[in-house]
Amino acid sequence: MNTKVSEDLAHIKEMMERSSRFISLSGLSGIGAGIVGLIAGFVAMYWTSGSEMPIEKVRMSVGAGILVQNLILLGTFALILAVFCGCFFTIRKSQKLGLQVWTSTTKKVLIQLAIPLAVGGIFVLALLQYSLYGLIAGTTLIFYGLALINAEKYTFSDIKYLGILEIILGCLSLFFIGKGLIFWTIGFGVLHIIYGIILHRKYK
Amino acid sequence: MSIISGLNKNFESRVRLGMMSVLMVNDWVDFTEMKSLLQVTDGNLASHSASLEKNEYIEVKKEFVGKKPRTSYRITEKGKKAFQEHLAFLEKMMRQ
Repeated sequence: MNTKVSEDLAHIKEMMERSSRFISLSGLSGIGAGIVGLIAGFVAMYWTSGSEMPIEKVRMSVGAGILVQNLILLGTFALILAVFCGCFFTIRKSQKLGLQVWTSTTKKVLIQLAIPLAVGGIFVLALLQYSLYGLIAGTTLIFYGLALINAEKYTFSDIKYLGILEIILGCLSLFFIGKGLIFWTIGFGVLHIIYGIILHRKYK
Repeated sequence: MSIISGLNKNFESRVRLGMMSVLMVNDWVDFTEMKSLLQVTDGNLASHSASLEKNEYIEVKKEFVGKKPRTSYRITEKGKKAFQEHLAFLEKMMRQ
């Protein structure tokens, strides 16, 4: 009798979890996105190392326009690739678990993520408009962190801690203008990889 | 054995128990999503949901999305109460 009761309780808990949280999020998604971030960060550092001044202060120098343009392209490309990695491994995991990918929970997670990200994106466009390049790295980290914390209630609550770390890193970087790329690479590269590994081990 | 009588017979089936658990933490859930969550067949889900509906534990909505019919479920107040009582009973039995 007792085993039946404990099995029933476990079943109730599992069904509640399964139906209200997006549990297909794969650790490999984090690792994939992290590797993309790391490579993009290093490429950007390599490109900017040639100039005398850090990227944040180059706006007056000749040729800066092209450099900035290339960095924007690099960033956009990295973003697309990282999102692709994220989706790929997560869809694969949900197929393995025999779960539908497109459910009401998926929609909720995406909406919660999208709100801070969209606002952050517009904010970054404004920074670009006024050539305030120094604040971009920190801003992207902060809004990304806010998005993670926002989506936490519909997926693994662990992503909240990643969100907090991203925000701390972003805030710090605002006060170290000129070192933005280093913070950016740690936040989007290193943290993602570490987090992906932890998540992957925990929810295999 | 008096304690057993406190258990709700309607929730003896895993499928019904699962359906109620899902509906406790969600608003409307449609047939396809429920089926994939519980990993049961169409017929199985249909018969269990019919029995829960008969007991007024859940409410069933049938509508058309374009040309496709869609069935969704939602828990009723009565269902919520019954489930909570059942859950409390299970927990009590675990502690003994």
